[in-house]
Amino acid sequence: MAWFKKTKEIKPEKKVKIPEGLWVKCDNCKEIIYKKEIEKNLQVCPKCNYHFRIAVAERINILADEGSFVELYADIATTNPLNFKDTIAYKDRLAENKKKSGINEAAVYGSAAINNRPVILAIMDFTFMGGSMGSVVGEKIARAAEKALEEKIPLITVSSSGGARMQEGMFSLMQMAKVSAAIAKLKEADVLYISIVADPTFGGVTASFAMLGDVIIAEPKSLIGFAGPRVIEQTIKQQLPENFQKAEFLLEHGMIDMVVERKDLKNTVYKLIEHFMPREEEKGM
Amino acid sequence: MAYYLDFEKPLEELETKIEELKRLSDGNEIDLSSEIRQLEKKAKDMRSEFFSDLTPWQKTMIARHPERPYTLDYITMMVEDFLELHGDRRFGDDPAIVSGIGKINGISMAVIGHQKGRGTKERIFRNFGQPNPEGYRKALRVMKLAERFKMPVVTLIDTPGAFPGIGAEERGQAEAIATNLMEVSKIKVPIVSIVIGEGGSGGALALSVADRLYMLEHSVYSVISPEGCAAILWRKNGELSLDDFSRAADALKLTTQDLKAFKIIDDIIPEPLGGAHREPETTAKRIAEYITKALETLRTKSTAKLIEERYKKIRKIGSITQT
Ligand SMILES: [Zn+2]
Repeated sequence: MAWFKKTKEIKPEKKVKIPEGLWVKCDNCKEIIYKKEIEKNLQVCPKCNYHFRIAVAERINILADEGSFVELYADIATTNPLNFKDTIAYKDRLAENKKKSGINEAAVYGSAAINNRPVILAIMDFTFMGGSMGSVVGEKIARAAEKALEEKIPLITVSSSGGARMQEGMFSLMQMAKVSAAIAKLKEADVLYISIVADPTFGGVTASFAMLGDVIIAEPKSLIGFAGPRVIEQTIKQQLPENFQKAEFLLEHGMIDMVVERKDLKNTVYKLIEHFMPREEEKGM
Repeated sequence: MAYYLDFEKPLEELETKIEELKRLSDGNEIDLSSEIRQLEKKAKDMRSEFFSDLTPWQKTMIARHPERPYTLDYITMMVEDFLELHGDRRFGDDPAIVSGIGKINGISMAVIGHQKGRGTKERIFRNFGQPNPEGYRKALRVMKLAERFKMPVVTLIDTPGAFPGIGAEERGQAEAIATNLMEVSKIKVPIVSIVIGEGGSGGALALSVADRLYMLEHSVYSVISPEGCAAILWRKNGELSLDDFSRAADALKLTTQDLKAFKIIDDIIPEPLGGAHREPETTAKRIAEYITKALETLRTKSTAKLIEERYKKIRKIGSITQT
């Protein structure tokens, strides 16, 4: 009985106990890799180049000059306007996610330097409630854009989100309009906005600031889209094409400017800044 | 035959009986008029009672009622000399969004709205009111056209959401919505938006950035459908029931009353007893009155003030502890 044998073969493999802390299994190639090796490699699989999802702190290390990041308004919090309760109350879920992620909300922003060029940097963390955008994330992105406008320095965002945060209802949906209006002001003032899109980015974040970058950069193989693949599959009852909603697919369809490996992100962003907003002394005669 | 929602079933029985009596007394010497009058009063009371205390889920059902007037119905009833404008000039024409120019109470303006279909064939043609990127790009094109000729813009919102399809993703559904949100924030003419039925998430929002946002009394506006919300929260427990949808609809705070209290919408446009579909003409007239009244104020503002106030209105939405 082939099917039986097959499941028998697959199941135990999935349950291989990997000693906590020392080894990790790559989500993509399934190879078991020495954790230190991945860490040294910016959380990218050395075997298959898969880019693991990373936390805000790691993202700051990769993009900003050492010690340059100063977080702003870290303690903006939601007032829980819907008093939403699913399996647990929303405020308990928030507390749980704070503990799990070590950050206060799904986005962090502040001032930073990239090879000595000052920027405003806003970063989302998927581990905090799936990177969902509620009032706090919306407010932070809007303030980040306003700060970049005020100081006339580039805004860099790193997205990773499942979309709008259901637990804050229409307040969450309206954040899409809010952040897009804030980005509009940046554009009118010709302040550079670079949007880096990391795995995964969907829904209200893609359909607002993530797709509004003057330059849009994605990490290899990141899943990026409006509707989630499962929703699409259920709606159209068809199999999705190979590579669907991967960064490379978006590049092919003209939706992003480039796919850049993590190790090259900082330098790419730096070069863009140097081109678009040269330092005073370097401006053409 | 009128279409009755589940909670209206006792009303259906009563109204069927009234119809029967009317048929009986027609061309007959038996005078049933007093009985009919009595039953009609009873039906009216029953309807008042049902509609005075609708649950959010019931409201969702009314918002999606198959006989509820759609954008093109309102255009027929309240827009004079309407000329539909087609196409996004890039890829195609999306039948899920209708756009054009016409006069409301004597003023020429752009009118843009989601269009659901009535009957199987038209529903499929209209993609059940779920736009593709072309729809949003067409809407923006027409808004920018109106801007150049200093015409106000009216949008009518009625969609389950933007279409989740392969082509929609390939052609940039997210980019189309995002660009609308950004560009509409700085359009130099007044924009009045009215949710006439279903305000389904980002697909609805893309047309509802406005100087005034109104909702018809029994319409709904939500970040996710109650079904979608219930599926995320409770699918693990097995099959979903109507109770789950009802619970989700409660939790999402998607009614006009909730959204007015949250200051997310500016006002509620009252519907005739039993819903907009009972008296479409009355509803259309009321919508036109709200539009005209809003424009009276908005058209006196300078462009700079209009845009500044629109920005502030959008910018302040959120529920946070200020620090
Ligand atoms: Zn790998």
